[in-house]
Amino acid sequence: MSANANGRSERFDVIIVGAGPAGSAAALLCARAGLKVLLIERGEYPGAKNVSGAVFYGSAIVDALIPNWWEQAPVERHVCRRDLVLMSPTTAVSLDFRSAAPGYVAPPYNAFTILRPKFDRWFAAQAEAAGAFLLTSTVVDDLLWEGSRVVGVKVRRDEGEVRGDVVIACDGVNSWLARKAGLQRELETHELALGVKEVIGLDEAVIRQRFHLNGEEGMALEYLGAVTEEVHGGAFLYTNKTSLSLGVIAQLSSLVEHKKRPYDLLETFKAHPAVAPLVRGGTLREYSAHLIPEAGWKMIPDLYTDGMMVAGDAAGFCLSTGIYIEGINYAMQSGLAAAEVAIDACRRRDFSRSVLRLYLDALRRRNVLTDFQAYRHAPSFVNGERLQNLYPELAALASEALFRVDGNRKQKLLPLYWRSLRKVGGKPSHVLRDLYQVTRAYLW
Amino acid sequence: MVITTHDEKIRTARFKVDDRPHIVVDGEKCRSCAVQSCVTVCPANLFVPLDDGSVLFNYEQCFECGACYFVCAEEGAIHWTYPRGGYGVTFRES
Repeated sequence: MSANANGRSERFDVIIVGAGPAGSAAALLCARAGLKVLLIERGEYPGAKNVSGAVFYGSAIVDALIPNWWEQAPVERHVCRRDLVLMSPTTAVSLDFRSAAPGYVAPPYNAFTILRPKFDRWFAAQAEAAGAFLLTSTVVDDLLWEGSRVVGVKVRRDEGEVRGDVVIACDGVNSWLARKAGLQRELETHELALGVKEVIGLDEAVIRQRFHLNGEEGMALEYLGAVTEEVHGGAFLYTNKTSLSLGVIAQLSSLVEHKKRPYDLLETFKAHPAVAPLVRGGTLREYSAHLIPEAGWKMIPDLYTDGMMVAGDAAGFCLSTGIYIEGINYAMQSGLAAAEVAIDACRRRDFSRSVLRLYLDALRRRNVLTDFQAYRHAPSFVNGERLQNLYPELAALASEALFRVDGNRKQKLLPLYWRSLRKVGGKPSHVLRDLYQVTRAYLW
Repeated sequence: MVITTHDEKIRTARFKVDDRPHIVVDGEKCRSCAVQSCVTVCPANLFVPLDDGSVLFNYEQCFECGACYFVCAEEGAIHWTYPRGGYGVTFRES
């Protein structure tokens, strides 16, 4: 399967570091264009080090490369139900979406739940089938330079220098290559979230029954509020074929501030009265953890230099807005954008930044930079104090009052919400300010 | 409810342990660190505060997430690299 690239003598057109969705997408496109591609992965196999929720919203992207890809790929369930849930310690208020419209229950599908070690392995194999050399179990420690130009990578092996005309760094959220190239600064803890996750095995029939699903239909639930106690973050629960993927995502700075252990929050989440019945009877299959770049537009590095581009999580391409929590699709789009530019550069035999700057145009054409720019105010709003704690509490408290029938006079809605707002310590002036924030971050 | 203890969690992950640690913690520097945030955030609970004020670290069951690296307030107390290729954690389901 994997080609044994002899690091010393061989030279490649394109070297891609990291066989996640960004790297494999880039490798696939470059290999199809006839370039000599080396795809380097530090794990035993692609996906071995990778963790996501995961819902994959990039179905259309892969479909353009491999028609009807879901018929051969290891997908779990196509998502036709989505819940956004606001939590207080006792109560959950949710917006429940279910659709049988095109794309939700019939192909071409909009989104799938996936398990990354399986999916990433399959996707990298597609790049290999197109002619890319995949080198696994290999860590890239540094870049090779000629003057101010990147001309290859140093792998942690004896005399492990590999030369290539273009290097595409897809080495993940903790990207040493982007930092070593001087493209990314040291990230701050408020820009990162720590995700801790469990895959919990559950009988297929139980999953269908419990989540009201037919056949291969799937559901994605996302939670905000007391589920992470006072820590800023959220939680998720996704249905796979014979398991649930569930986890807590907590802003790193907020974990530090409140001295909360991530795995304790995970247990709090599973014990919540709205969650416990969903996981009941399941058995733990795997626990995992990963960092997520959450600050969006504000943490995007310089994306290219002479001989090198950055894609995927390494470039901060994870859109975390509360409504959208997407990374894999943007990773792929950025990998494809980098590949387009690499192919162009190889044709021109010019790998300088004056050509690689076309990467920015390609990222706009593929709606990566455009989306991140449009939602640039959303991440800080989502991680704001009131959205994290006050509004979920307000929604819960007001709903409890609304649905409680105790023989007392019924309140109309405005006084009911007013009293609830006062009870949770909210101020009307804050609400007005937040309405402005919502407008700015989401409406247009 | 599905409660899992920390040991049960860690037992589900597969580790191929290298004989050389990929993360080295300078426990001396930790003595002067008032927050020791690594102890809080590590999802594998691998940092153990000692009575003498330093911090003990066990690299063997590391998820390689990098959280400790980013929270380390004492400049240079954590020397962080990825494990050698093929070593370290291997996820199968996540």
